[in-house]
Amino acid sequence: MMAVNLSSPHGAALEAAGEVAGRSLWQDAWRRLRANRAAVVSLIILAIIAVASIVGPYLLPWTYDEIDWDHIEALPPDFALGHYFGTDSLGRDLLARTLFGGRISLTVGILATFVALFIGVAVGAIAGFVGGKVDQVLMRFVDLMYSVPLTFFVIILMVLFGRNFILMFLAIGAVEWLTMARIVRGQTLALRGKEFIEAARASGGSTTAIILRHIVPNVLGVVMVYVTLTIPQVILLESFLSFLGLGVQEPMTSWGMLINDGAAELEINPRTLIIPAVFMTVTLFCFNFLGDGLRDALDPKDR
Amino acid sequence: MSPPLLQVRDLRVHFPVRTGGVLFADYTPLKAVDGVSFDLAAGETLGIVGESGCGKSTLGRAVLQLLPPTSGAVAWLGTDVDLADKAALKARRRDMQVVFQDPLASLDPRMTAGAIIAEPLRNYHPELSSPDIKARVARMMEQVGLLPAMLNRYPHEFSGGQCQRIGIARAMILKPKLVVCDEPVSALDVSIRAQVINLLMDLQRELQLSMLFISHDLAVVRHISHRVMVLYLGKMMELADRDSLYRAPRHPYTRALMTAVPIPDPDQERAKPRAVTFGDLPSPLSPPSGCVFRTRCPKATAICAAAAPPLEAVAAGQLVACHHWRT
Ligand code: SF4
Repeated sequence: MMAVNLSSPHGAALEAAGEVAGRSLWQDAWRRLRANRAAVVSLIILAIIAVASIVGPYLLPWTYDEIDWDHIEALPPDFALGHYFGTDSLGRDLLARTLFGGRISLTVGILATFVALFIGVAVGAIAGFVGGKVDQVLMRFVDLMYSVPLTFFVIILMVLFGRNFILMFLAIGAVEWLTMARIVRGQTLALRGKEFIEAARASGGSTTAIILRHIVPNVLGVVMVYVTLTIPQVILLESFLSFLGLGVQEPMTSWGMLINDGAAELEINPRTLIIPAVFMTVTLFCFNFLGDGLRDALDPKDR
Repeated sequence: MSPPLLQVRDLRVHFPVRTGGVLFADYTPLKAVDGVSFDLAAGETLGIVGESGCGKSTLGRAVLQLLPPTSGAVAWLGTDVDLADKAALKARRRDMQVVFQDPLASLDPRMTAGAIIAEPLRNYHPELSSPDIKARVARMMEQVGLLPAMLNRYPHEFSGGQCQRIGIARAMILKPKLVVCDEPVSALDVSIRAQVINLLMDLQRELQLSMLFISHDLAVVRHISHRVMVLYLGKMMELADRDSLYRAPRHPYTRALMTAVPIPDPDQERAKPRAVTFGDLPSPLSPPSGCVFRTRCPKATAICAAAAPPLEAVAAGQLVACHHWRT
């Protein structure tokens, strides 16, 4: 197919170009994401949950750690008292606790995942693209970190620094970026031999420019899917760390801890399990849809 | 007289290939390019022909410094370049660009045509503003016969010929002095080849380019080249002006290649003499002793196995590496 012959009215064609604004991959991706209904709905639900978690606790009549001394038993939902979702077995408002837990879980989930994403992509892309000794050193370090059991690592951190909320990010980050780095390295190795990388080198691109301009956008689709799998993993890991005493401590809470507590009371009081579990499940679903949408949006071939 | 644009002297590119060994690998050098020398003047096109696997592409990449040569020198305007000097290398790459064989694979699938063509500009002219870059990209797209309005399309939305035009636009936007065309049309439909070849020739005239035109298609090479080099297993077999080469090929391999080109008229085609070559290309890992072509050469004699033939000047501007070129 030949769309143009060389003798086309040049002026007109140039004018046409003037009207067409240059678009980047990101603008195109955003446009395509907005066309994906599942992704947009997910984004809206996530926004609602996030806003509710941030401002919700201030608007409720009870705070997350306040004990309703008149009802130190699991109270069913009672609108007159302001316990819209009832209370837990210690008489604390379940809605307030769920929203407060959402703050912790979402913060940890998103921040830790993005830290992992950043380090993982950087290490994986550099190792895969530069290759040779750099690759050897970086990937052996990843292997080394893999072989350290998480529990052991957490105990060392606690012995060294004591209990600390920040340490949790460190522990989670240290674990989650490893897989990311391996995935990105594998993808980069596959890309490295492609002709367009050679073309980029021939047109004067430095290693950094090629990694940023060509490698990262091309691995991002796969990485996005992995990110959406990592967020739930991190949220669950947080409850495990909290259980070990490294994460948040009572009376603070997180979704993972609420579900943990609720599971213990499943038979007498299923509500304490179901409510936080619904919040978490909806969130994770939304992240998955969003991740899928992002992957499709980042692939120009997918229309 | 000013030095030629490009001087290649005794260039060798060997790749270590693992050929055995269990714990400790045995490596045999694969001589992809073995002792190639030539000059290229400004505005000249040198065609490089040979079968696939003869080192044509490797030679092109070594000239572009995309591959480190094992030995030999590539001098640009009389000065050698230091591969370790990143800044000098980058400055030199500005003047030499490449057009690849597979048009789609050489374009980043996640970049728009506009971004692809603009990439060299962004690398070498970070000071240019976006509207400036856009204007130059639009002008370049015009020049290669693409509608500037298509600048937001992605490579997979273009046909093969259009992709190759994008590749050519990217190579030309910096107004380089040398463009290496690595089989630029062999992946394209026959109907589009002529258009792309003519586009390359037009651009060469406009921009005063030198070109290294790598191809296995003798007809295309004849059309576009001023001089032609014939490579076989990484060695130069013959180097001559286009007209002398096509009128009077001296080397048995060149003759064999010529007779392999079909003549459109079936009667002539049947009647033409065949300088038949038997057998396949020998493994480049263990090339024949003496003359590398002797296993397939109809004129081979004892001396061919004993000694490698030197490159001899048989006429003005015609070099041949054969013991028996006279016959
Ligand atoms: S040197 Fe001998 S084997 Fe080689 S091309 Fe000439 S005649 Fe053939």
